Amino acid sequence: MKILVCITNVPDTTAKITFTDNDTKLNKAGIPYIIGPYDDYALARGVELKEQTGGSLTVLHVGEADADPQIRKALAIGADDAIRINADPLDSYFTAFQIAQVAKPGTYDLILMGRESIDYNSGVVHGLVGEMLGIASYSPVMKLEITGSTATLSREIDGGKEVLQAPLPLVLGCQEPIAEWKIPNMRGIMTARTKPLQVLEPVALEELTTPQKYTLPTPKGACKMIPASEAGTLIRLLQTEAKVL
Amino acid sequence: MSVLIYVELDNGSIKKTSLEAVAFGSKVAEKIGEKAVVLAIGHAASAELEKAGNYGASKVLHAADAKLTHENAMAYADVLVQAASQESSKVIILAKSGLGDALAARAAAKLKAGIVSGVTALPEIGDSFQVTRSIFTGKAFATTEIKSDIKILVVRKNAIEIDDSPVSTVQAEITAFTPPLRDEDFQASVSKVEKASSELSLTEAEIIVSGGRGMKGPENWQPLIDLAKALGAATGCSKPVSDLDWRPHHEHIGQTGIKVAPNLYIACGISGAIQHLAGVNGSKCIVVINKDPEAPFFKAADYGIIGDVFEILPKLTEAAKSLK
Ligand SMILES: Cc1cc2nc3c(=O)[nH]c(=O)nc-3n(C[C@H](O)[C@H](O)[C@H](O)COP(=O)(O)OP(=O)(O)OC[C@H]3O[C@@H](n4cnc5c(N)ncnc54)[C@H](O)[C@@H]3O)c2cc1C
Repeated sequence: MKILVCITNVPDTTAKITFTDNDTKLNKAGIPYIIGPYDDYALARGVELKEQTGGSLTVLHVGEADADPQIRKALAIGADDAIRINADPLDSYFTAFQIAQVAKPGTYDLILMGRESIDYNSGVVHGLVGEMLGIASYSPVMKLEITGSTATLSREIDGGKEVLQAPLPLVLGCQEPIAEWKIPNMRGIMTARTKPLQVLEPVALEELTTPQKYTLPTPKGACKMIPASEAGTLIRLLQTEAKVL
Repeated sequence: MSVLIYVELDNGSIKKTSLEAVAFGSKVAEKIGEKAVVLAIGHAASAELEKAGNYGASKVLHAADAKLTHENAMAYADVLVQAASQESSKVIILAKSGLGDALAARAAAKLKAGIVSGVTALPEIGDSFQVTRSIFTGKAFATTEIKSDIKILVVRKNAIEIDDSPVSTVQAEITAFTPPLRDEDFQASVSKVEKASSELSLTEAEIIVSGGRGMKGPENWQPLIDLAKALGAATGCSKPVSDLDWRPHHEHIGQTGIKVAPNLYIACGISGAIQHLAGVNGSKCIVVINKDPEAPFFKAADYGIIGDVFEILPKLTEAAKSLK
């Protein structure tokens, strides 16, 4: 089985977000970057399935060279090789389009990624890639087993979950508890250095959306403290002052 | 030409977030001088679908083929695109949810449309079409110009205020929509569906009472559930709580869980780590109960009580019960 795992390169979850260049660019200075937490789940399950089925796993990233440490980490966790499409992934359509070029029909049996990136939170790349390749996509997938050419998966639906069987190939957006995050071991880190990382230029595409500017939310006012002994009065304040009850 | 709004049905009723999408789409239609058309897929009574008129839609297309009863993003996207083509829709609006995003994505790929998900306010339409959306899980906003001929917007909860019982301004005409369906969209077989039917869904809830590790163990949840019941609220939790299996996974709120935007969020024994805050910063009003005055959550709160949750929760429940 041939598996493709798509990863994002995103600011660490604790990063303070600020902008530069007149609020048109993210200020990357001093921000540690990580593999998107959801992509990390996808990668972990991908590695397990690769080991179970004796298949191969390619990791794919659409982005610039500053992502290479995260790509090497994915190789250290267990991917066999990597592809980076050398472009700033400014919108979901563009990113999905580049992924679809690499994952042309017949190339991979299973395409895994996170349910959403934690920078843009759109959660639409798996659906876009699925449609571009003419195959089914599901998200968020919380359990995944492969038997022959059929996937059995459990995914979250509104207010519950469902279990379904679907034929491969598939595109899946993953989330916990599909697998536990994997930490690379020493041997993995050593072998990752020599695993192939292929850098490809993007395929041209007309621009459908253009980012204009970024803004930060207006800061909250002070928190009104209520003494524990008068906790009950909070309910009245919520009704009469905050008007949320 | 038109603005097309997809409404999500839950047991035959239009979801609240989808009614917001109808109101949102109708406003966009007004701005560009077009009519607002609604598409509903699945089973629903006409009386329910007429509600869309109260929020500004002039027409409702209802695709009720039995094959479409079960949620299926592939088939639904195909229906959506056929509706958009019939109605010459230039803007397509959906409410943000797993299904909404999947449908929007597949439709965007079919139509080569620019797609923006997580929209928080009505678009600015002039020489260009600009939308603002939430990014970095609520830590910032981005304004984006959509340049494509057809534009797809996936709208966050509370992007527009709606009236619970609006006066009907438009009489929506309801028409059966029966486009051809493609076999290849029905290859999956669903073997099990588990719905926590008695529980309120977190993404739709107006009030959420949420517990963290400060609740000390699953056996201590009753006082929190009692308050939730008294307020008609849904229950949520922090990541460690669901990791420890104290509460089910679908209650996990935060950057790596569900993002919520209720009117009122009550956090009980949650420290307020940045990853948790990221999932709740769309809330209108935040109440924090924590015994540690230094808990970071107080900085993000509107109201705070410093004290032991187990002493405070029953007092709140009592006060909430005497409200009515
Ligand atoms: C990549 C990544 C993603 C993450 N994603 C998420 C996420 O999506 N959601 C999430 O929630 N977390 C997430 N986390 C974890 C996050 O960093 C915190 O560890 C977590 O939110 C803490 O949960 P907590 O507040 O319940 O527990 P704690 O931090 O242990 O806080 C417990 C709080 O309870 C208070 N308390 C204790 N006893 C009482 C009492 N009797 N009465 C009143 N108060 C009391 C304490 O003062 C303390 O403030 C993520 C972490 C990482 C690294």
